[in-house]
Amino acid sequence: MLSVSGASHTDDFLKAIPSHLRLNKPLALASGLSEMALSREVRRMAGKNRGLTDLTTFLGMGWTKHFIPAAVDSIVSRSEFTTAYTPYQAEASQGSLQQIFEYQTMVTELTGMEISNASLYDGATSLVEGLVMASASTKGRKGFAIARSVNPRWREVANTYAPSSNWSFHDIAWDPSTGMLDRSGAQAALAGGQIAALVVQSPNAFGQVEDLAGLSELAKASGALLVVAADPLSLSVIEPPSTFGADIVVGEMLGMGIPTSLGGPGLGLLATRKSLLRQMPGRVVGRTVDADGKRAYCLTAQTREQHIRREKATSNICSNQGLMVVSASVYLALQGPAGLAEVAEQCASRLAYAREELGKAKIRPLFSGTAIQEQAFALASGSRARVEAACKTAGLLPGVWLADYISGIPADTILVCVNETHTRADLDLLVATLSTAGGI
Amino acid sequence: MLTDDTGRTLFEKSRPGQRGTGPMEWDVPRPGLDALIPASIRRRTAPRLPELSEGEVVRHFVNLSAKNHHIDKGFYPLGSCTMKYNPKVHENLARLSGFSTLHPLQPSETIQGALELIWRLERDLAQISGMDAVTLQPAAGAHGELTAMLVVRAYHQSRGERRGKILIPDSAHGTNPASAAIAGFECVTVKSAADGRVDVDDLKSKLTSDVAAFMITNPNTVGLFETRVEEICAACHAVGAQVYMDGANLNALVGIARPGDLGFDVMHFNLHKTFATPHGGGGPGCGPVGVKSHLAPFLPSPRVEKRGDAFSQERPSTSIGPVHGAFGNFLVMVRAYAYILAMGSEGMSEVGRTAVLNANYLYAKIRHALSCKYDGPYMHEFVLDGSALKKNGLHTSDFAKRLMDFGVYAPTIYFPLIVPEAMMIEPTETESRETLDRFAEIFLEVWREAQETPEVLHSAPHNLPLKRVDDVRAAKELVLTHPF
Repeated sequence: MLSVSGASHTDDFLKAIPSHLRLNKPLALASGLSEMALSREVRRMAGKNRGLTDLTTFLGMGWTKHFIPAAVDSIVSRSEFTTAYTPYQAEASQGSLQQIFEYQTMVTELTGMEISNASLYDGATSLVEGLVMASASTKGRKGFAIARSVNPRWREVANTYAPSSNWSFHDIAWDPSTGMLDRSGAQAALAGGQIAALVVQSPNAFGQVEDLAGLSELAKASGALLVVAADPLSLSVIEPPSTFGADIVVGEMLGMGIPTSLGGPGLGLLATRKSLLRQMPGRVVGRTVDADGKRAYCLTAQTREQHIRREKATSNICSNQGLMVVSASVYLALQGPAGLAEVAEQCASRLAYAREELGKAKIRPLFSGTAIQEQAFALASGSRARVEAACKTAGLLPGVWLADYISGIPADTILVCVNETHTRADLDLLVATLSTAGGI
Repeated sequence: MLTDDTGRTLFEKSRPGQRGTGPMEWDVPRPGLDALIPASIRRRTAPRLPELSEGEVVRHFVNLSAKNHHIDKGFYPLGSCTMKYNPKVHENLARLSGFSTLHPLQPSETIQGALELIWRLERDLAQISGMDAVTLQPAAGAHGELTAMLVVRAYHQSRGERRGKILIPDSAHGTNPASAAIAGFECVTVKSAADGRVDVDDLKSKLTSDVAAFMITNPNTVGLFETRVEEICAACHAVGAQVYMDGANLNALVGIARPGDLGFDVMHFNLHKTFATPHGGGGPGCGPVGVKSHLAPFLPSPRVEKRGDAFSQERPSTSIGPVHGAFGNFLVMVRAYAYILAMGSEGMSEVGRTAVLNANYLYAKIRHALSCKYDGPYMHEFVLDGSALKKNGLHTSDFAKRLMDFGVYAPTIYFPLIVPEAMMIEPTETESRETLDRFAEIFLEVWREAQETPEVLHSAPHNLPLKRVDDVRAAKELVLTHPF
């Protein structure tokens, strides 16, 4: 090979690298391992973790566990999907392209919006991209009237992006009696001027389904858009944001055929109106025909994108979460409308059972509105340490302590996320442990 | 044919009442959705998700999958994308329940193995790159670029400086200026010189005290090592600017030279290129950022630290904050870590040399047909100038489409912008000589056709599931969802 290439040593190819800049020694890494030994080492690390199979867990806050039918992994493991690149050459990529097109359709059906992109990294970055898009759609406005009950981890990521974009956040408190967006607070935040969007989440950080009616009108009166962070599972049973005039819907699809995996890879959802297509970030697939008039799919509307628009692109996103789109598509196709609604009903019913039982120890929801799979509960004042100790003994992760993430929340508030995989025994363990250690 | 090649969607195959999942058991009371959700917010019209049996869903997706070219099926010389083989054991390991069932908000003491893997992978990447600290949080290469720019911004601000400009060569990936713009910077283009490398004089003339950083891909996008890298870094540092290396082409350097030793302050990696994690038809990727120690305080939080034998999550006040809701694409990290473990010092040290040999060998086999605008030797990839096709009324896209008729994927085309009718070919180190020889034969056969029967190229592809796809019509009609 060297002689064909006109070289006598591979170093001949490296003339352009000044010799004193070359490494000229092996990398200081361990010796290579056989497949058997490397499996042993990586399994050792996996074994040090205590996952959802060892512990009974009720953690949520944007990453929700749901049962994954075997067909999902069977399809998503296929190397035709895993080892393909971004579908640049449409004729040799119809599989990836059509399944993205189908995903886009399913997202628009769930959210009620007109268009969806081909995915973003995760829920947090989908919120950020939604804000970028809202700013671009309002002639560069930089202010956001944002509910304090939007997922705090997502808000933290938005804060990271804020200084460089000169964004300002005008926080809107929750109504202390309902846990829902405080309307007068929203009005005040919007009145600040130069507000690009009113941003709410439903169900919100307390698990409460928000009343979105009238919010779009409120935003519009200030020339702002309505951005709604939505939960795909809940959308199977509650009215979608489009009904209430949402302009941009963002969210996290993890859970829809995608395991929790320490929070990644997830799948960021973004859907919007067709009129905002030119401001939409990310890839999008369109339907067309081939030279014989046969139906075909390809990447389209690319004049928004970085490889053409460079610094004027709507976003810098390039690789996204293509394989997770396969997982979500297969999952949603298997469930269909009835299956997905049944998962939501299972979650809501199991949560209702836990709520009922916890009520016997006077542990009540922080707010009394509608919850689908997650709800904040007020434990006895000063009980957190006791509860944590009891849960540890019981092999239980009872939920997220909201005060760690949102100020102004009592220290003993726990956000409990219930799903269809929790058996009555799991729920009884949760109820018994919380009631004993955190009952009032 | 019974198999479906019509592009019919799930929605057209849907039959009311079918379901791919069975009803679940109830061991708690079932109050019913009417009791659980008030009518005022209850969904009135069900989403039109497909209604199909499990078997129909599986068959649909298996048939779709058969329409994809992929690296397990054949050669994928997509320049700049480093389509190397993805070992199968990685997939098994990423699916271990000890990883896949973890929740990001679990207490650190219950995820010690995951934190250890992150900590170790960060250190291995630092060793391979010569950087001092690494974050794995960015979910893709472009996300890494953006994170790096936010880190650079925070660094300058910590010194009381507001620098608003980023310099970027005209040969750069489009993500560079897009990332810099999102990080709030103004982009200034630096010209390429006649040899395809950065025009150092042009760079120097634009290096003012308001320049925050110079973003440079090395080897650059025409496959050339930036020979004057030391001078470039010194000139940037002299005005207080940081030098960022876009690591899209890092594969060429692995084991040969380390960006940290070359003088770079900050860089990103693509685990889905250099570290053999599968690209998934467009992600998930992982775009770690490596920095020299002076930038380390600004890396995204949480940082994984080791105290004694325990691993913890820290949130330094100097950090720019998180750039991902959790830890990033963790299961991609598991695969990359397995790759480094398997390769080890001896294997990783050979990656760059083998990739470079393969690229130069392949170029030597086809250069008498089409050649590069800039002189080699090349590193891991080379960029052909396809202008010669024009005399037969052809374009690079015609050539690329025809190549696919022979069971290989097309090279990256029309990039970089500084090469006319560009065709960028990157074979990677995992391809055998036999594959390279066969690709060269195919390439030369298509070249012969271009001279003798150009219409065959013009109407290509002929042997794929579809003929030439009308992307102009797609952009005009914008059918972005299934029309029910």
